[in-house]
Amino acid sequence: MTARLTPGAPQPAPAIRARDLTRRFGSFVAVDHLTFDVGAGEVFGFLGANGAGKTTAIRMLTGLLAPSGGTATVAGHDVLAEAERVKRAIGYMSQRFSLYEDLTVRENITLYGGIYDLRDREIRERTDRMLARLGLERQADDMVRAIPLGWRQKLAFSVALLHEPRIVFLDEPTSGVDPITRRQFWELIYEAAAAGTTVLVTTHYMDEAEYCDRISIMVSGMIGALGTPGELKREFGVPSIDDLFVRLARPS
Amino acid sequence: MTALAGLIRKEIFHIIRDRRTLVVIIAMPIVQVILFGYAIRTDVDHVRLAIVDPSPDPVTLAIRSHFDAAGVFETVAVLPDSAKLETLFRRGDAQGAVVFESQFAERAVHNGPAQLLVVADATEPNTGSIVAAYASQVVQDYEQTELASGRRVAIVPDVRMRFNPTRESSNLFVPGLMAFVLTIISSLMTAISLTREKETGTLEALLVSPLRPWQIITGKVAPYIAVGFVSVIGVLAEARLVFNVPLRGSVALLLVEGLLFILVSLSLGILISARTSSQRVAMMGALIGTMLPTLLLSGFIFPIESMPSPLRAISYLVPARWFVLIARGVMLKGVGIVYLWQPTLALAAMAVVLLAASTHAFHERLDT
Repeated sequence: MTARLTPGAPQPAPAIRARDLTRRFGSFVAVDHLTFDVGAGEVFGFLGANGAGKTTAIRMLTGLLAPSGGTATVAGHDVLAEAERVKRAIGYMSQRFSLYEDLTVRENITLYGGIYDLRDREIRERTDRMLARLGLERQADDMVRAIPLGWRQKLAFSVALLHEPRIVFLDEPTSGVDPITRRQFWELIYEAAAAGTTVLVTTHYMDEAEYCDRISIMVSGMIGALGTPGELKREFGVPSIDDLFVRLARPS
Repeated sequence: MTALAGLIRKEIFHIIRDRRTLVVIIAMPIVQVILFGYAIRTDVDHVRLAIVDPSPDPVTLAIRSHFDAAGVFETVAVLPDSAKLETLFRRGDAQGAVVFESQFAERAVHNGPAQLLVVADATEPNTGSIVAAYASQVVQDYEQTELASGRRVAIVPDVRMRFNPTRESSNLFVPGLMAFVLTIISSLMTAISLTREKETGTLEALLVSPLRPWQIITGKVAPYIAVGFVSVIGVLAEARLVFNVPLRGSVALLLVEGLLFILVSLSLGILISARTSSQRVAMMGALIGTMLPTLLLSGFIFPIESMPSPLRAISYLVPARWFVLIARGVMLKGVGIVYLWQPTLALAAMAVVLLAASTHAFHERLDT
């Protein structure tokens, strides 16, 4: 029996599976009974205003934060019980910059390659391939602080994919980046998805929502809406995701 | 290359490329040895001396001229009796006094011995010791010269220390300085460099990776242990070559104890960074939490014995206090572990507790 994989459709073994995932900070409920699946190879957008709980949810899924309740599996492994296996299966790029500015481009790549137990030869090969794809060969031995922000973001994303993770989490990867670089960044995301990597990306740029296979809009720690951008626009009768977002964020 | 080796290599790059910090780390101990070495010099100059001479005669004048000739004393007052002496001492106008009894020559030559009272202000321990030592020397010299010319004089010098009779010596600055340097490198530098990774977000990247917390911590601190060792050896060499500070005990023991102290300081640095989120706060935390206690409560500069009892109680919790004790024991008294097991145990206990606490804090950070 072969299952036909159609992009966007939930599949039998989801890459990410959250059930009633909850996180409290004292009496404040940052993430409230989050339940959703992300299929393998999907580009899943996590939308929401600042403080809606996106980052908290991502931190739980990546093992940075222990859930207060509920369960989640990532790449088939429980985030709490099998944190080590989850960590090997995922890549992560935070909204803050995750490369060392006082190391060169090549040194950063080598460092993360080593952290993920790649062999020296693998690291060398993947470094060359990555630099060629990004057009950064001439900057390979420049300090990261010396290359423009947009390039750094793209480099950080590529480094997060260096160990070929099955799932990559991107927490507001495009904040503070110019529109052209954002477009290029999304091209990289599509490339990764085409290669079979599942992408979970948070953003507060509503135009980016349209690039996702499916999106979930978080409002006060809960999922306010979940579906493909087209479905959601039809369902709520709005012309754009931006309008839907405003409607959800300010319920009448 | 293993993950850990990669981490350590990366940390070394951070250290080497941050030139200004590196210069500070390397130059600071060297400059400090010079500063402390000269600020706490043993050859004291300009000791203010008061002389009480009720009945000047050839013998008292000869002894007085010996004091003048020594070159370190400055006679600030010659008094007929000791009534005003107390005031001079309290005001600090006099740091030492030589008190002749009346009819000094008469007694010294005929119905001796004559009493010579030497009083020293020992609140500055070196000055006190110097005054006492010089006075005895002067009297002895005088007796010798007189004897050589066939005259026999009998003088009994009686030395009294004012204010701090046990003469705790602060000449022993090098052990304290080592503690201070290690605190800066281990606590301050670790706290700052860990907090920097928190600020820039690179720490998160390490935390989501399969690296275990002990690997992240080891990768972080291993280079600083090395830098700490290099600094200690530099300070020891400089102290030996420039100031002739003795190193009577086992160097190996001193380095092992140094490692123990480094571990304690590193753990404190990790604890501080776990509680702070900016480099500025981490720096203040390290300053107040580790450097000031090391400077003030370790016995490095101010003798613990002369502290008020609450501070003395707190000093038991200051790791540097124990390290200074150990380092002084090894370097100056040449004693071994048999005499030093108690402070070593105290330091080891702190290392165990703080290492556990810092690893725990590091774990806990995942949940905040």
